[in-house]
Amino acid sequence: MYTQSFSVADAPGQKPAAPTLSTENPEEMARFDARIDADGRIEPQDWMPEAYRKTLVRQISQHAHSEIVGMLPEGNWISRAPSLKRKAILIAKVQDEGGHGLYLYSAAETLGTSRDQLLEGLHSGRAKYSSIFNYPTLTWADVGVIGWLVDGAAIMNQIPLCRCSYGPYARAMVRVCKEESFHQRQGYEALLVMMTGTEAQKAMVQDAVNRWWWKCLAMFGPPDADSPNSAQGMRWGIKRISNDDLRQKFVDATVPQAKVLGITLPDPDLKWNEARQHYDYGQIDWAEFWNTVEGNGPCNKERLSTRVKAHTDGQWVRDAALAYTRKQQERAMKEAA
Amino acid sequence: MSTPIDYLLHLADNAVVLGQRNAEWCGHGPILEEDLALANVSLDLIGQARLLYQRVAELKGGDASEDQLAYFRDAHEFRNYTLLELPHHGPLVGYAAADRDYATTIVRNFLYSALMVLVWDGLQNSADAGLAAIAAKSVKETSYHLHHARDWLVRMGDGTDESHARVQAAVDHLMPYTEEFWTTSPAEGAAVAAHVAVDVWALRPAWDAMVNDALAEATLSRPNFHGYVTEGKVGLHSEHLGFLLAEMQSLARAHPDGRW
Ligand SMILES: [Fe+2]
Ligand SMILES: [Fe+2]
Repeated sequence: MYTQSFSVADAPGQKPAAPTLSTENPEEMARFDARIDADGRIEPQDWMPEAYRKTLVRQISQHAHSEIVGMLPEGNWISRAPSLKRKAILIAKVQDEGGHGLYLYSAAETLGTSRDQLLEGLHSGRAKYSSIFNYPTLTWADVGVIGWLVDGAAIMNQIPLCRCSYGPYARAMVRVCKEESFHQRQGYEALLVMMTGTEAQKAMVQDAVNRWWWKCLAMFGPPDADSPNSAQGMRWGIKRISNDDLRQKFVDATVPQAKVLGITLPDPDLKWNEARQHYDYGQIDWAEFWNTVEGNGPCNKERLSTRVKAHTDGQWVRDAALAYTRKQQERAMKEAA
Repeated sequence: MSTPIDYLLHLADNAVVLGQRNAEWCGHGPILEEDLALANVSLDLIGQARLLYQRVAELKGGDASEDQLAYFRDAHEFRNYTLLELPHHGPLVGYAAADRDYATTIVRNFLYSALMVLVWDGLQNSADAGLAAIAAKSVKETSYHLHHARDWLVRMGDGTDESHARVQAAVDHLMPYTEEFWTTSPAEGAAVAAHVAVDVWALRPAWDAMVNDALAEATLSRPNFHGYVTEGKVGLHSEHLGFLLAEMQSLARAHPDGRW
């Protein structure tokens, strides 16, 4: 569903690595820099500085993990979807998110890290995923609001990544973004229909917006002044637009949609600023945000343990497939001999 | 020519109940590719159910709708095979909890889709043109489900000792439920008489051949049947359907006037 738009160190407490000037190979480095400066694409077979490779592996794998963990909050409502049409839409959406995870693991593999290694990082708790998925989905309206706001925020984050300097990631993002905008429209449409329903349904939508709005604003990451990795990311063409700019774009795009929907965004400071030609908005609770990123949110343990359990419980199935393939190869060799 | 409603409901309820079960793996599969594959199976089944319920709603008229049929009927009104409502684990009472077992899921999908490729194939020639059209779409989907389940059945059977033991246990557990395929319910009898349905009994040799062939390739044995023949398709279910429906229908029933 979604990438952290900002850099979070994987291991708890570890600061993002300071960008090092590469002494690896001055000629290659110059060629690499020139290509980046010319807005060219870096492909898997191309030379690249180790720090660039590492940053990308971290970002792409965090993104992949987010897609996979992101299947759980909405998966929570598949069995209870209130109509067969909505059930089908939701299954297809959650399936898309799994598909995004697959492309992204493949993109990360082009950088020399296997899916198993990446999963090991997730399961051991070393690798991060988007913290938005550490909040519970309490009602059916959460499904619509996640589509509208969380996928909506993801699109804001990811559209610039379609121009990312690393070719396989950029190409994966083009496909992912198309599907995310579909999710966003579907989520919004589901809410529009609910708002034509009963008072209880309208209250359900408002309650879900109240719970998700601030979390979605935080998805864009800390204010630019506090984002140590952004500058290097910008230099490398991995990040294109700053956290605050993306957040502002998101707010500006969402306020009119909220009006059409007929709900109130839970921020008394939200108002149009004629001078800036943007909406002003209130203070995000960064302490709560970082606390959740660090593992202490309402669902961190449940999300991660569920991923670990699926993987552990599925070991015998994967083993069976491997053993069967091995036997088939042996049989083929015997026949050939 | 229109088909007896109870026969359409039998086909629709089969699809919705197994669709609901398959979707339970979403986010919990043994490997990401399988989450996606089972989500596909589930989507196809729910799609089939929707078309069939829509047909029933047309025939019934009034305020009947696909969702009224799926969400506002009680367990005894459901006409699905008992096999399809069972949880993804071995034999336990309705309110018992246990881990999902992928072998159970695969064996069930295999046994059911092996039947349904034959049924849908036959129904393409139904005198009910609407049903024939649904069958034409469904037979393609079901043949994909059959391939998927059969491939895994063979991998598990001829994989490791553990996978062999697990999949054999699932075959032993589920095979008796397939006896229900071969009894004729009043709805099936009426539909066959009206030339809108296929006589499932006549499909038995082809189904047996498919099943025996796959079990042999998977190095699995087929248990001899003796005992109780389930009767889900006439509305007499296991303890499990009540729980499945309680979950599936809870939100829709909490807001009977809701718009979704
Ligand atoms: Fe999405
Ligand atoms: Fe996604």
